[in-house]
Amino acid sequence: MAVVEEAEQEAVATPVRRPRRSFRPRYPAWLTVPSFVYYAIFFLGPMAILVAFSLATQRGFGSLSYGFDVSQFRQVASSLYVTIFVRTLVMASIGSLLTIAVGYPLAYWMARYLTTYKLLALLLLIVPFWTSFLIRTYALKIILDPNGYLARDFGINILYTKYAVGVGLVYNYLPLFILPVFASLERMDWSLIEAATDLGARPFTAFREITLRLTLPGVVTGALLVFIPMTGEYIIPDILSGGNYEFVGNVIGDQFNQAQNQPFGSALAIALMAVLSVFVVVYIWFARKEERFGG
Amino acid sequence: MARRVKAKHGFTAWAVLVYAFLYTPILVMVVFAFNKPSAPALVSFHGSNICGIPPTQIGNITVWNGFTSCWFSAGLHDPTYLPAIVVSLQIAAMASIISTVLGLGGALALARMKPRFRAPFDTLVYLTLVVPEIVIAVALLIFFVQARNYLHIFPALGMGTILLGQVVFNASVAMLIIRARFVGMGDQLEEAAYDLGSGPMATFRQVTLPRLMPAIVAAFLLSFTFSFDDYIVPAFTNGTTNTWPIVLFSAVRFGLTPAVNALATIMLGVTVLAVTITALILRRSRVQATPRQEQAPGLDAALGLR
Repeated sequence: MAVVEEAEQEAVATPVRRPRRSFRPRYPAWLTVPSFVYYAIFFLGPMAILVAFSLATQRGFGSLSYGFDVSQFRQVASSLYVTIFVRTLVMASIGSLLTIAVGYPLAYWMARYLTTYKLLALLLLIVPFWTSFLIRTYALKIILDPNGYLARDFGINILYTKYAVGVGLVYNYLPLFILPVFASLERMDWSLIEAATDLGARPFTAFREITLRLTLPGVVTGALLVFIPMTGEYIIPDILSGGNYEFVGNVIGDQFNQAQNQPFGSALAIALMAVLSVFVVVYIWFARKEERFGG
Repeated sequence: MARRVKAKHGFTAWAVLVYAFLYTPILVMVVFAFNKPSAPALVSFHGSNICGIPPTQIGNITVWNGFTSCWFSAGLHDPTYLPAIVVSLQIAAMASIISTVLGLGGALALARMKPRFRAPFDTLVYLTLVVPEIVIAVALLIFFVQARNYLHIFPALGMGTILLGQVVFNASVAMLIIRARFVGMGDQLEEAAYDLGSGPMATFRQVTLPRLMPAIVAAFLLSFTFSFDDYIVPAFTNGTTNTWPIVLFSAVRFGLTPAVNALATIMLGVTVLAVTITALILRRSRVQATPRQEQAPGLDAALGLR
């Protein structure tokens, strides 16, 4: 491989006219140009204008002047909005921890004990994952309805409270967590466990020292994979709390739908991204390590 | 040994509970698509079609009132639901084609690019997926409004802007799925083709593309589903266009009607069908794989779940 790399570098250094024959096929770099241009216009462009808006000043209804006005951010830092940020992060953390607690044993069961029905178990997770988020949340609302069986006969009347939001988070994000964790458990070499127990380790010790350690990167990736979108959640709090328990995402949406205070909404959005950026950096680092793309 | 069996039973019991948790709401929704309006509502209603009762007077329909299948035709003939579904299908078809093409190009070039060029692009791809969708949606809203003010080549808020917005993260999803397979399948066969004198285009057409096909199909289907189901980006960039999730969302917010259950049930049926077909295609493609080939990425990887 090293020889090929060197040869390529040489070829780069001295341009040749004839199409170069390499035995390690490479696709031309210009293939990334369309997607790069697309991201530049429709992703980086909107993000840039979002920053510009967050620093602009609102001048009456629907008109604003650009500048460097940080008063929006001062408002974001006021106690009302800090409370909403804290609430969002706490709910997303609880939701992620519950998802791990519910999902990890299932992934373990699938990887460790299933053989014939593994594909079926997997498909049964993929169907909810591919089913509309909105439809799943709606289905949950029917079950939790105050007039429904759960409220009438079992006394579980939690719709329009934070508990409903918590259940909704776990319910919707469970498949998204289980699937990557299952993938990392699938890669595990179970004979290590056998070796450990043969050498006298108790099953739980073997699990803690081997299985848990080997699958920890997968668990961290999976947990962040659900934590990050949970923090930006919009649909679940809206439908299941009926506006009683808003997340940051809902407050941002309100600034653009009802309040028409776009600079403030932009500032909230920037603040949300700033809070999330820590987790995102950790996630990207772990995800690249896990996937070993192009390794 | 007995202990292991006991542990296994414990895990199995847990798994049954989790699957029950995942499926009970969905099953209840399907069952209640066949639910009659409540008895008091029926007494005061004198029309011929019981599913013609306006949603506000339908009574309590979260308990079982009796069987009817008329909600399916009521839902399919609703003047707002069906056109919205058609709009969503059109957007999803175009969005998934564009995303798959962009994703394929990116995946091919990036997978074998030098890390120092690849890393920034990779970061950009991951960013489009981890920035909360609500942030992308409001940013797209102000971007499209401003862009149209200055440059008239940009479309006004509507189907066009929904499409352009959704391709941003769908292209990333497609790119990751296709690249996972492309990297996983190694380059021995392509090397062999080059070695035997086949040019880059012929190698791509006859070797690379057929082997990538399952991932391309999966990427297409997944971005189609994501686009079709997406609520947040359309909700902010739609102008006056109504997509199916937008109609569904307002119906869900303002009260439940079994007509919505009926349409949701149809959607669910389509999803189950799509997942099954994809699984069968992938399974077949794995059987046909040449010996000593890739450790074919599992079903989960090809469906974009890794």
